[in-house]
Order: sequence, then C-alpha cells, then structure tokens
Amino acid sequence: MTIGRIFGIAGSAIQAQSMRLNTTASNLANAESVTGPDGKVYRPKQVVFAAQPMGEANDPSATGVKVKEVIEDTTEPRKVHSPGHPYADEQGMVTMPAVNVVEEMVNMISASRAYQNNVEILSTTKSLLEKTLQLGN
Amino acid sequence: MDAVSRMLDFHGDALRLRAERQRTLASNIANADTPGYQARDFDFAKALKEATGIPGAAPGTLKATDTRHLGATGGASTVSLAYRTPHQASLDGNTVEVDAERARFAENTVRYEATLRFMNGQIQSLLSAMKGQ
Repeated sequence: MTIGRIFGIAGSAIQAQSMRLNTTASNLANAESVTGPDGKVYRPKQVVFAAQPMGEANDPSATGVKVKEVIEDTTEPRKVHSPGHPYADEQGMVTMPAVNVVEEMVNMISASRAYQNNVEILSTTKSLLEKTLQLGN
Repeated sequence: MDAVSRMLDFHGDALRLRAERQRTLASNIANADTPGYQARDFDFAKALKEATGIPGAAPGTLKATDTRHLGATGGASTVSLAYRTPHQASLDGNTVEVDAERARFAENTVRYEATLRFMNGQIQSLLSAMKGQ
C-alpha cells in the first residue's frame, strides 16, 4: 500500500523534530546553569538529521528522517564577572554555558513549524485513506 | 468482464501514481531540515502515459508471457524520479522548499480525490447497469 507508508515517513519526521525541540528546551533551560550534573559546565546540544530510506531498498520515493547523532557544541563557555558567586574563580569570574538564546528560539520556532507541517501531512493522508476505503459506496 | 475491469484500469493506474507522488512529496516535506537532502518528484503525465501504454513496455514491470498471467505491480516504485532544481539554494545542500512542496502536496491531494470521484462515478454507473433499473 503506497499511501500507507506516508504515516511512517511523517511519523519519523515528527519524532526527529520533537527530539530537536527537546534539545532546544534543555539548552534554554540550562542557559543560566553554572555547573552541570557532572561538575562541568553545560555544553549546548544540537541534533543532526539524516535521511533514512523506508520500505523497499533503493526506493527513493519513501525517505524518512532519523536523528543521526546529538552533538555537543564546542564553543568556549562564556565567563561572567561575579565575585560574590560561590563558584567564582580567583579572578571573580563564573563560567556560564555558551547557550545562544536567540539562536535557540529560532531553532524552536523552526522545529515547531516543521512538526506542524508533518502533522498536517498525517491528517491529510488519513482523510485520503478513509475516502479510498469508502470507494464504491 | 474484461471490458468492465479495463474500464477501471485507467483511473486505478492514476490513483496508484497519485499515491506514489503523495509519498514522494511527503518524503520531501519530512526531510525539510535534513542537510544535503535532495528533493525529488516525477512528471505525472509522463508516468501515467507509460503506465497506461503498451502492457509490459514500462520499465521495471514484469512481462506477461501467458494469457493467464496476472499483472504484477508490487509495492516498489516504478516511476523514474528526478531531482528538483531549487529556486533559492540553501547552504547545507538541502533543496527542499517547504512552501512549494506544501502547495504541490495540496494540489496532489485534490487530484487524488478527483480520481477517487471518477472511480466512484464509474462504479456507480456499472452498478446501475447491473441492477437494470
């Protein structure tokens, strides 16, 4: 059934985009956290998408998405001058995560739009499939 | 009976190709944010001509060497896909333009439904002819 595979394609995209939303959420949540759970400063995370063939091999008309890996941003953490802070070093500097809040917000909007797009695809496909099942009635 | 089934063949082929195009466009939209993904599509008119032309002439289909053989159109795609040329290329090599793909998706949905209605109409005609009312 050719049209039924769209559910898998759009579903994989929804899953990938929700993972992207999740990483954005944890980046934003940790934008101000000085130390991470391992005692080191929090590194912003980004997802890497890759195309994934679905169904029969070498059938490029059915290509879903998968999250290939979650990478950690290697940007140097920023230093903030705050001598009164309990985690401040000798110079009175506190290490903060290199989270770019503006970038993360843009990422969030992009991910949520892509998510919505794929939900729309799912509902369109669902109604088409229902109409196909009623053929001849 | 052959004439009856052949009557539905054309729209059946059209419906299959519409579903295939729907799937291709869904793949494009799903990969809107995948770096390096190349958007794909196919020429529907050409594919339909190939599908409804001489039986067995279309590439990738099985040839019926006996009159009792059934036509085999498996789930695999038989159309030749082409790559889309983007109007505004993006830096990561992705050639999907989501708005254009959405427009094509909507158009394909309407045409799929149109084909469904044609088929429904033909089925209704056949039914009323059989009932003889």
